[in-house]
Parts: sequence; structure tokens; C-alpha cells
Amino acid sequence: MHELAITESILSIANQAAQENHGSKVTDIYLVIGQLSSIVDDSVQFYWDHISQGTVCEGAKLHFDRRLAILHCKSCDHQYPLGEILQPCPDCQSPDVFIESGEELLVHHIDILREEA
Amino acid sequence: MPQRVEIVKRIMDSNDRLARNNQAILDRNQVYGINLMASPGAGKTSVILETIKSLPADIKLGVIEGDTAPVTIDADKIVAAGIPAVQINTGGDCHLDANMIELALAELPLEELNLIIVENVGNLICPAAFQLGTHANVLIASIPEGDDKPYKYPNIYRGLDVLLINKIDLSPYIDFRMDYFQQGVEMLNPGLKTFALSAKTGEGFDAWIAWLTDKLTTK
Ligand SMILES: Nc1nc2c(ncn2[C@@H]2O[C@H](COP(=O)(O)OP(=O)(O)O)[C@@H](O)[C@H]2O)c(=O)[nH]1
Ligand SMILES: [Mg+2]
Ligand SMILES: [Zn+2]
Repeated sequence: MHELAITESILSIANQAAQENHGSKVTDIYLVIGQLSSIVDDSVQFYWDHISQGTVCEGAKLHFDRRLAILHCKSCDHQYPLGEILQPCPDCQSPDVFIESGEELLVHHIDILREEA
Repeated sequence: MPQRVEIVKRIMDSNDRLARNNQAILDRNQVYGINLMASPGAGKTSVILETIKSLPADIKLGVIEGDTAPVTIDADKIVAAGIPAVQINTGGDCHLDANMIELALAELPLEELNLIIVENVGNLICPAAFQLGTHANVLIASIPEGDDKPYKYPNIYRGLDVLLINKIDLSPYIDFRMDYFQQGVEMLNPGLKTFALSAKTGEGFDAWIAWLTDKLTTK
């Protein structure tokens, strides 16, 4: 599974952002994960609980904003979700399509508590 | 009250940064790099061996072999063919990453080489997420795997520069609808450079070798 490497990267991005913003604790992490990035939420959460221990991110809640992959038909402009299996345009049967979105793999934002001055 | 901090950072950023560094190392040494991906058994090692045989004699090549376990079977075959090879044991990881490649590059005589081929871990899902810093991402799809793979594993086809369809010598025995397969590929990666070949018979290697040789800098 590559989710461990992904989770480590999420942790390092969040820890760094917390430090730069004088956060003493990260409460929530908001991720944007496209269908074509093939990430399984459950295992990210599993690794997260282990590797975030002892950091400002310990106990932070992960939020997954899962984006479906959207295909765009060049022949008739119809947009449709990728689904389980890639398919030609359901409206006009054309295979002349492009992938509009679904490859996102981002830490979008985090919520932090600041140190009391 | 918690405060919101906008980040909007790509999770793969740190790997991609290392990958760019690897590419700079390759470029400095005028070495062209290939990241060869495929399912287990699609013929990665066989294609590398046949490529070694088919390349012009003045082309010097090095190979990086990725494996999930400390087995050197593939690397041994490459070394037996007289080619420098470095084995990376990922310790169970399903993919190579840019950091592993940086370490492996340090063990190859880059100043003497024109080309390196990285045999990635056999897997259609994970390697797609990790750029290595090579110049071309190449996938081998083999006829016995079936013609529906682009439809089921779309993400690996997205980032490809070249597709090799291997084991075409088996076409008479297997129902593989080439049109259907290529339609799926075309939806995901329009105009993808594709070569159909057989690592067993050598059929189709001329075009692949011509494409490859064209990318190389002579030293
Ligand atoms: N018939 C046929 N067999 C092949 C071809 N290429 C590889 N093989 C066989 O497929 C098996 C797996 O090949 P290998 O190169 O080890 O695959 P890898 O796991 O992707 O490195 C071996 O038994 C090869 O001899 C080919 O073009 N035609
Ligand atoms: Mg192999
Ligand atoms: Zn349409």
C-alpha cells in the first residue's frame, strides 16, 4: 500500500503549516482526494492514528473531500462521472472524451489552535 | 476557537521535488531515464533484456531493479547480460519513489551511461502516483492480462509517455480485442505513443528501439 507514504506526507505538510502559524494543536485536516488518485480513506486514517502520535497533529480529525472523476464528451459536451469502469459517452456513445477532474490529491486547509501569548 | 489555515498543497509535492532533482542529475550526466511499470509478469525484465540485445553497441545502459523483497533474480539476469544493475528492496512497499531512485543513481556510473531503465515494482495502481524523475513513464500491458485493463485501471494510463503492448506472439491464442483496448487508452491518454512487440520473438522491437535511440545523447 502506498497510503503510508501519502499519510506521512500529509503529516509533514500539516506539521509544517502549524509551526509556521504558531499553532499548538491541529484539530482538523481537510483533504481533497480525486477518484483517480486511488487512495483508500480507511488505511490513511489507520496510518494517521499511528504516525501523528507525539506531534501537534495528534488527535486531529481527517476530512476527506472525495471528488469523482468527471469525463467531458468532446462530441456533445455531455459531462459524466467515471464510475467503476471507464465508458464512452452515455449520451452519444463517442469515445472522444477528456478527463475534466478527479486527479486531485491535496491538503486543502487545516484548523489550528494558537498558543496563548 | 480553532483558526483556519489555507494550504492547498499537493500531497505528492515533496516526492515531486526529489524527482525533479533526480532529473537534474540525469540531465547533468546526459542520461535518459525510463520508468518501466507493469503488472507482475507482464514482461518488464524480458523487455529490458531484449532491449539490451537490440540497442546499438555504442549505447551504454544501466538498470535499477525494484522489488518488494530482497530477491535479486531480476538484477542477476541483467548483470549476467553484462549491464550494471542496482537492486532496490522496497521492504514491502508497492512502488518506488524518488528518494529510492536518488540513492540508486549514486551507485551507477552515470558519466559512462546514455540510458537508465528503472524496473518498477509490479503493480498497476501505486507506481502511478510517484514520479521518479525519469524522462519517460512507460507502461507494459501484455496480451494475456486482457483488453479491459485501461477501463479498470485508468489512473496508470494517465501519466504515460509510452505504452508497450507485449506478448503479441500470444495473440492467436488469446481473445484480446486490440480496438477495444486502444479505444480505452485513447480516452485516457489521447495520442499515446504505442508499440506492440514481443520480448520472446523480438517482433516489433525495431520501432521501439528507434524511438528510444532517438532520445539518447551520444557521448
Ligand atoms: N510468450 C511470451 N512470453 C513472454 C514475453 N515476455 C515475457 N514473457 C514471459 O512472461 C513471464 C514473465 O516475464 P518477466 O519479464 O519476468 O515479467 P516481469 O515480472 O514483468 O518482469 C516469463 O515467463 C517470460 O518468459 C513475450 O513477449 N511473449
Ligand atoms: Mg521482473
Ligand atoms: Zn457525447
